[in-house]
Amino acid sequence: MEKMPKWADVLLTPLISLVLAMGISALVILAIGESPVEALATMIDGALGSSYGWGFTLYYATNFIFTGLAVMVAYHASLFNIGGEGQAAMGGLGVALVLLSLPLPHWALALPAAMIGAAAFGAAWALIPAWLQARRGSHIVITTIMFNFIAAAALNYILVNLLRPVGSMDPASGRFPETTQLPKLSDMALSLGFEWGRNTPVNVSFFVAVIACVLVWLLIWRSRLGFEIRAFGKSEPAALYAGINPVRITVIAMLMSGGLAGLMAINSVMGEAERLVLNAVEGAGFIGIAVALMGRNHPLGVFLAALLFGFLYQGGGELALWTSIPRELIIVIQALVILFTGALDNMVRVPLERIFMAMRGRRKA
Amino acid sequence: MTPGAQTRGRPATAAPAAIELRGISKAFGPVQANRDIDLRVEKGTIHGIIGENGAGKSTLMSILYGFYKPDAGEILVGGRPLTIADSQTAIRAGIGMVFQHFKLVQNFTVLENIILGAEDGRLLRPSLSKARGVLGQLARDYELNVDPDETVEDLSVGHQQRVEILKALYRQADILILDEPTGVLTPAEADHLFRILEGLRAEGKTIILITHKLREIMEITDTVSVMRRGEMVASVSTAETSPEQLAELMVGRKVLLNVQKAPARPGRPILEVRGLRMVDGDGVERLRGIDLDIRAGEILGIAGVSGNGQTQLLEILGGYPEKGSAISGAIRMNGAPVPVAGAACNAAERRRQGIGHIPEDRQVEGLIMDFAAWENVAFGYHDAPEYGRGLLMDRDAIRRDAEAKIKRFDVRPPTCDLAARNFSGGNQQKIVVAREIERNPDLLLIGQPTRGVDIGAIEFIHRRIVELRDAGKAILLVSVELDEILSLSDRIAVMFDGRIMGERLPGDATTGDLGLLMAGVDAAANPPTQGLFRESR
Repeated sequence: MEKMPKWADVLLTPLISLVLAMGISALVILAIGESPVEALATMIDGALGSSYGWGFTLYYATNFIFTGLAVMVAYHASLFNIGGEGQAAMGGLGVALVLLSLPLPHWALALPAAMIGAAAFGAAWALIPAWLQARRGSHIVITTIMFNFIAAAALNYILVNLLRPVGSMDPASGRFPETTQLPKLSDMALSLGFEWGRNTPVNVSFFVAVIACVLVWLLIWRSRLGFEIRAFGKSEPAALYAGINPVRITVIAMLMSGGLAGLMAINSVMGEAERLVLNAVEGAGFIGIAVALMGRNHPLGVFLAALLFGFLYQGGGELALWTSIPRELIIVIQALVILFTGALDNMVRVPLERIFMAMRGRRKA
Repeated sequence: MTPGAQTRGRPATAAPAAIELRGISKAFGPVQANRDIDLRVEKGTIHGIIGENGAGKSTLMSILYGFYKPDAGEILVGGRPLTIADSQTAIRAGIGMVFQHFKLVQNFTVLENIILGAEDGRLLRPSLSKARGVLGQLARDYELNVDPDETVEDLSVGHQQRVEILKALYRQADILILDEPTGVLTPAEADHLFRILEGLRAEGKTIILITHKLREIMEITDTVSVMRRGEMVASVSTAETSPEQLAELMVGRKVLLNVQKAPARPGRPILEVRGLRMVDGDGVERLRGIDLDIRAGEILGIAGVSGNGQTQLLEILGGYPEKGSAISGAIRMNGAPVPVAGAACNAAERRRQGIGHIPEDRQVEGLIMDFAAWENVAFGYHDAPEYGRGLLMDRDAIRRDAEAKIKRFDVRPPTCDLAARNFSGGNQQKIVVAREIERNPDLLLIGQPTRGVDIGAIEFIHRRIVELRDAGKAILLVSVELDEILSLSDRIAVMFDGRIMGERLPGDATTGDLGLLMAGVDAAANPPTQGLFRESR
């Protein structure tokens, strides 16, 4: 028997967690002498009150969809991929190398080429921890965390010594060719005859992210490979009994996970910065963990959770801009949401399950 | 209704009972695990509690030991009402519990395990030397011999169990609860355990024995209480009842305890195993040269105490030997060689060669507990072409197939969408059995087909296994339940320490003879000492 109805599982629990996080955030804001109501109003207005706000919210959400899906795919194979940050950074390198070395005449050609570069580099970065886990039993959490640092250091070196244009003081690659610029959603809106989200970075990558959600759903819940990934994730002894090769599944799941994390670069590196800068990922790899947890490891949940975190990012930025609430406090608020929706999930879930069990017991009695 | 005493409404006897439960009820959400239970356990008796899985035996004992708080009802210990809020209270009241899965710290010595939680002060040494003295006395009184300085992980299962009993006695338990104590023991070890229990009874201790084995109840208990679906359906004097009557009380209908089957008509050889050896990753030799033959239309039963290489044999035949193990020897299936190492040694390849497998542990291997029943019916055969071509699976086809199989195997409730964990043990096993038998394999490997399965489902599963044999298939049956081996097998091989100790025909074999083989003694070579082993009734 299910412990509680599905709607309570997927909607009520994260909502209650969110309300709790907001409640504590409100107390913190009160404690520094600001008005939580005003702060919330500023956030909502800044992130969702205008097409400008929406443009940024969706841009951030696109990043989080990719990294959230990355964590989710690995999670179904019972692999906790903490390395989204490094894999996304490497994906950025892949994008830069493709766009700087190949003469691509149009964005429609540049996008698939950059996607291949991004996914290949992200996947390659996940391959080593995957292989170490599958063959040598090195714990994937440890290795992927380590690989984040290695990626950051390697990228630093590559940018400063190899990709930096001659004479530039900036540790960044040169600009990508004009022809490879991805269309912004604001441009697309204009060509359809209305103005939406002028000067915002959200671009066609958003649609790629949405398609990725659908494909990941098909993969996990409709394909044979997904069946094997889920079975392996639930029970390795059972997978062996069923003839599923654990090494193969570990490697494939991590390759897909790393590839998805890497794909984030088409949004941030190719779509927004249009060159590779230092720390292009900006923590989105870690946010992906919270997004996957809050999204209950389902693509639809990941999509919604990514929107929420996009809102928090953009709203938090506005808060810093328009109020005297310090920037650090915004990080505290974001951290509280991650804490409650991700790490403390069971704190809400278990009592809720009890309530539902008790209600059902009473109905039967 | 039953002859003999019905607990309810019986006038209180003069001497207070060791334990008396009055109207105990406990619900977990919508599940009523115990409903209005009355139980009276007299001092100085061995009281059996029998019932199918999920009948509420464990819940009741957990209440008695302070793990759960009852929703209603009253507990009297030695005639005085007692609220047992935690296990400390239970221990102080003189109740000791020996769990089915031992609660011992594996890398502690026997002595350290005994005093764990019962240390007298901050320094260990005085407690240890006191315990050493008490232990010596207990060993003399009750034949409970264990080396106090041995590390627990080096002890045999039977000795580990003794440590559990000693732990309870050290805490001055007057009432000892044993939960399925013989599941892991050889017949000889079980015999020894029963002698210990009888000794304890003679000293005036009270023993509650939870079991699903009717034979044990008949052999050792004074009184037996039967539970069914959370209720206490009868309490009778053992002398006044019979196994058939108890089985009927447990299940609520008449049950055939013996399998009906025609003599086997063995055909061509299906499986041939020659000189199979296996050294596990720790360098321990688990199989020391196994030779086996199974023909079409026969059931070869492998008897033996668990841990003597049966698991390794099944895993190798099933295509998934332990990681890091070294295997040598030859296996032939239908005359074709079966790889024992390398990439071709995997379970999917074995299935293609016509080997089906009902694994020993359905919850860990045979099923994905979080998957729906229909997904579990496809599990292991998810590559089959009828489940969809290409990358995607045809969910409708799988569902139709699963629905049909679930119906034919009478899985209850007959709903495909329920997750495997929400079925009872017996119905979970029926899903596995349905999946494997319906594939019509030439050879079916079966490990512990009825472990934790209720009597009604056992009858059903046994019938299906015999039907498969009669359809001309070869069956390898591994079970630690000697009764099951005796009633199903056409030939019996006994495994001990990675070897086949001997083969017997079920008609010729006695429990004592097989018990000796299971303990590593070949009776034909060394006739047993008189009176060492009691024939089981």
